Amino acid sequence: MQALTNRAKPVERRPMTWLESIYLWNIIKGMAITFSHIFKKKPTINYPEQKRPFSPVFRGLHVLNRDEEGRERCTACGLCAVACPAEAITMEAAERLPGEENLYREEKYAAKYEINMLRCIFCGLCEEACPKDAIYLSETFAPSNYTRKGFIYGKDDLLIPDPKQAPADFAKAKGLAEA
Amino acid sequence: MSEQLLKVTIDNITVEVPAGTTILQAARKIGGDVAPPAMCYYSKLQGSGGKCRTCLVEVSKGSEKDPRPMPKLVASCRTTIMDGMEVKNITSDRVLDARKGVVEFLLINHPLDCPVCDQAGECHLQDLSYEHGAAGTRYEFQRRTFKKHDLGDYIQLHMTRCILCYRCVFTADQLTKTREHGVLDRGDHAEIATFIEKNLQNDFIGNVIDVCPVGALTDKTFRFKNRVWFTKPVDAHRDCDTCCGEVQLWMRGHEVFRVTARKDEWGEVKESTKGGTGWICNTCRFEKKQVSDWEIEGPTKVNRHSVISQGHYVGLQKPEETMPKVMDGRSPKLLMDIHSVSEVNKPNIELSKLDRPAHSTDFNQ
Repeated sequence: MQALTNRAKPVERRPMTWLESIYLWNIIKGMAITFSHIFKKKPTINYPEQKRPFSPVFRGLHVLNRDEEGRERCTACGLCAVACPAEAITMEAAERLPGEENLYREEKYAAKYEINMLRCIFCGLCEEACPKDAIYLSETFAPSNYTRKGFIYGKDDLLIPDPKQAPADFAKAKGLAEA
Repeated sequence: MSEQLLKVTIDNITVEVPAGTTILQAARKIGGDVAPPAMCYYSKLQGSGGKCRTCLVEVSKGSEKDPRPMPKLVASCRTTIMDGMEVKNITSDRVLDARKGVVEFLLINHPLDCPVCDQAGECHLQDLSYEHGAAGTRYEFQRRTFKKHDLGDYIQLHMTRCILCYRCVFTADQLTKTREHGVLDRGDHAEIATFIEKNLQNDFIGNVIDVCPVGALTDKTFRFKNRVWFTKPVDAHRDCDTCCGEVQLWMRGHEVFRVTARKDEWGEVKESTKGGTGWICNTCRFEKKQVSDWEIEGPTKVNRHSVISQGHYVGLQKPEETMPKVMDGRSPKLLMDIHSVSEVNKPNIELSKLDRPAHSTDFNQ
């Protein structure tokens, strides 16, 4: 058969000599490669102690945002839920009562907001669909859990801490302060 | 004379219509993209049209006898056709440009609060601005606001969203015995209002919700309950003494969230099978929110391109469940039942049963 390239090497099928069959030279060659790596730069890190920085476009756990005054931005418009290809987001809306103006930014808000992290594929389409800057994908992972129950994230899991009530937690969540 | 059919050519498509037909009606007879959009014209309401100017078309040939073109763009809902008339709608750049300007004017004072508005998803202004409008606004001033008017327990008025099409005023005039609301003031201050906060108490007044092309008049019993595209429209009917009783139920599971009249492809209330326009009464619209009140005919056909058809998996073929078969009839043990964990759609909180928007108190029971 005609070779396609001239790089093809015919397989040698002759029996090994005695010197070759004790593999001494090949072991020395292999060990030399191994020892040479001691002096090279390590490609791994000690994970829990050291962490790699995330890429700025990393899409991690969702965060429900608040405005400067600490009011929830989400108005339960349902665009994230309709954009979600995995159908992971559900919500129930309610009307703001008089006296709740400091809690919710607009007259309609999400009374219940839920993301099923078992379904979520972290595509970020909810973030793109949101007209109110309310949902963001942060630079953290969804923490692991022993049961499936723990992956249904409600509003208390998703909402960012209030910048007025808990400024330290808010700064930590924003990544402005050291953890 | 009235028997004689006149020829009219709209966007190079010729159609024969009786004398006295407007250009818009002739274009709707052709259908599709040729029909100009209309915000104020409503074929079922006498005297409507001529206000919003979105249906502007170019008449490139007046008639067979007088072939001169009309100098300006004309409102197709108010201009009757002549024999041999040639009309340009989407084939004319002038029309498209003018329509873009009209949409910009309509949106000048519109709050663009679509995320909050209950009309979003079936709003004509939303469709119109999506198809014809510019992406940004050039308006730099404060948008007009109004003092809030309470129109009773059933109808919510958002005057800031109104485009003053007068459809609701005609509806109240022609469908109900007494009209209690109208347009007050002039120009920039013009607003839909009732005198001295008088409630609208007529039997058919709920139809103003259906005719409203924007979210200015919405159903208070549906307010903020759900988004239109998460509810599924179902055709249903019941025996009603006052109206035809043929409606569309907007359901989610077994809950009836909203009742509206059936709409045709132009967004207008359909003819009922008993003859006449299928307006529905307030009892059917606001008070019959149980599945048992209705005889369900089947799902409404929704245009595939409409957002309302999202999540409707038409022609879905579910794979056969093989697990119970191989497990001697036992169904597999679920690792998690979503209803045991989820806080949304709790069975003890039925939002559709509330006759007002849900509040925080309803969820903290």
